[in-house]
Amino acid sequence: MIEELFYFIQQLLNGLTIGSTYALIAIGYTMVYGIIGMINFAHGEIYMIGTYVSFVAIAGLSMLGVEYVPLIVLCALVIAIIVSSSFGWAIERTAYRPLRGANRLIPLISAIGMSIFLQNYVVLAQGTRDLAIPPLISGGWKFGPDSFQASLSYMQLIIFITTFVCMFALTLFISKSRMGRACRAVAEDIKMANLLGINTNRVISLTFVIGAALAAVAGLLLGLYYGVANPHIGFIAGLKAFTAAVLGGIGSIPGAMLGGLVLGLTESFTAGYFSSEYKDVVSFSLLVLILLFRPTGLLGKPDVEKI
Amino acid sequence: MKKNFNHALFTALITFIVSFPLLGLSLKSGGRFMAIEGANDHTFTMIASAILMVFLFQLFRDQILGLLKQIPTPSLKLHVLTDMPQAKRNHMENWFTFAVVVAAIIWPFLVSRGSIDLATLVLIYVMLGLGLNIVVGLAGLLDLGYVAFYAVGAYSYALLSEYFGLSFWVALPIGGMTAALFGFLLGFPVLRLRGDYLAIVTLGFGEIIRILLNNLTSLTGGPNGIGGIAKPTLFGMEFGRRVKEEGNSLFHEVVGIDYSSSYKVIFLYLLAILLVLLTIFVIRRLIRMPVGRAWEALREDEIACRSLGLNRTIIKLSAFTIGAAFAGFAGCFFAARQGFISPESFTFIESAIILAIVVLGGMGSQMGVILAAIAMTVLPEIAREFQEYRMLMFGLMMVLMMIWRPQGLLPSKRPHMELASNE
Repeated sequence: MIEELFYFIQQLLNGLTIGSTYALIAIGYTMVYGIIGMINFAHGEIYMIGTYVSFVAIAGLSMLGVEYVPLIVLCALVIAIIVSSSFGWAIERTAYRPLRGANRLIPLISAIGMSIFLQNYVVLAQGTRDLAIPPLISGGWKFGPDSFQASLSYMQLIIFITTFVCMFALTLFISKSRMGRACRAVAEDIKMANLLGINTNRVISLTFVIGAALAAVAGLLLGLYYGVANPHIGFIAGLKAFTAAVLGGIGSIPGAMLGGLVLGLTESFTAGYFSSEYKDVVSFSLLVLILLFRPTGLLGKPDVEKI
Repeated sequence: MKKNFNHALFTALITFIVSFPLLGLSLKSGGRFMAIEGANDHTFTMIASAILMVFLFQLFRDQILGLLKQIPTPSLKLHVLTDMPQAKRNHMENWFTFAVVVAAIIWPFLVSRGSIDLATLVLIYVMLGLGLNIVVGLAGLLDLGYVAFYAVGAYSYALLSEYFGLSFWVALPIGGMTAALFGFLLGFPVLRLRGDYLAIVTLGFGEIIRILLNNLTSLTGGPNGIGGIAKPTLFGMEFGRRVKEEGNSLFHEVVGIDYSSSYKVIFLYLLAILLVLLTIFVIRRLIRMPVGRAWEALREDEIACRSLGLNRTIIKLSAFTIGAAFAGFAGCFFAARQGFISPESFTFIESAIILAIVVLGGMGSQMGVILAAIAMTVLPEIAREFQEYRMLMFGLMMVLMMIWRPQGLLPSKRPHMELASNE
């Protein structure tokens, strides 16, 4: 009995870990969708690039002889954020901005093209096989009876804390700062915001940069957590994060956070109690179920049809 | 000028950040060992020249864009088509179609085997594009998991022929029906979702089908797929060297000519032509039927449709189901042509390519879909020379084509009135 409880706790912890990283990536989808109403399909690739860049940075720093792990991780984080944000900015500038105002399928195709491009860019630059890095942060706490011990690794704790800090900072930024207010205004009504003197182009660029930065954070965290990366991780992570964003109600930032956690928990419990092969099947079915009863997601605003 | 200079400096910096850490440094790792290596000089020269080019372009962008404007852009012939009155355009299209069909039937006897193979592949994509065109182009429902129905069709034929020994001609309608049934079952709950919610659900459905195919190892062979699928026959005549199935005869023996492996390829090609023509014909009829009109009406204005008493669920469901059926036919044919299928062939990228064909074709126009299918299949084939750059260029091409012609190659034009909109 007591083992089962700890087994449950273990699944809960795993689910929260993976869910919080989904939430980080999902914010990028949801913010972009909230402001210009497009699905940024290339966002998953930004996450993948974040992982790669942080691996390169970690390897570079340890080659330079830096041995203090927190410093390495912090530097890698900063570098990954800078590079990923640049990618986010550049993608918006080259592939999406010329298409603004076109039929909404057009930017979608462009985004899919961009996603293929980025994936193959990394294949070309770093090869297609798995890259592994040695674990930087190992160890953790174990608790529970001897027969089954639940464990919370330091890495998981770091993921929780970092995600929480990022979410908190983002919420503060969106609700308190001047630029955040501009973001909300543009999401509400882009034309009106333009008329009121908000530089909407800048706000849109900023959304892409923020989304990319959060994806880079997720890239670093998951990269360290799993220790491996390949150029194809972006697609599935992006798909999951997009599912999370829709689950929570696309366009809503708290929704993305909630959706990520719900999705992560569903996956981890399915894998723990049922079968890990079918965890994606279960999470997509959950998505369909939730959308059937709440067609705009958990926290999405209901669509009002105006005639 | 100063503003341009700052901007140029900024973009050059971004170019550096975007290219250097990934292209310039390559990560070597394994076990507890990891290191980075600088790339070769050639790569560094490339990065440097890219940065320089971006910098110079942004610095003199006003002048360059001014120069570019002075060069008269070669006007695309397609404009002539789109500006023509609809009746005349239809008339011309009919003649054109007839000529193309005749040419397409004669053509395989003149060219190499490789090109016929490629043309067959193009025809499969044409079929898929036409099917998805019903869902996306006509009914305006964004379906990102179309490949699932393609997979259902392909696996239907593979399984039916493996377990029950059914021939291609029997399995073809069954495969189409099965795919249609799947479309119906999926469409029933999800079609009340709007726009992008529908997109993610269909995308999820595509993934579910792929995962199931991958994991139901006892039935589908899992990742190893199903091999040795029987080829289609022509009135009981096989195209192989020897008879594989009891009761069949051999084509070259019946006709009385020497055996050649290219007969099979040509036969498959002609079969594909037949299927495509059938698809085009059926869809053309459908568009003119009340249900086809209703699809387009629903795409244009859902509220107006409902207030006119159209049942939107039935209309959407019919589009979804019929679209799925065509994917099923295409899947059956694909399985028959390949002789081997595995979940690898039904990944999301296929859905993306088919969707790109529809959008590039011009959403709702059949000729456009055919042109786009040719472009999307033949161009990567030509780019095969560039080996590792192939997919990179394919992605880039998708982006550039959208920027170049956002309305598609041959946008469909129907008689309509438009309110002046100030967007």
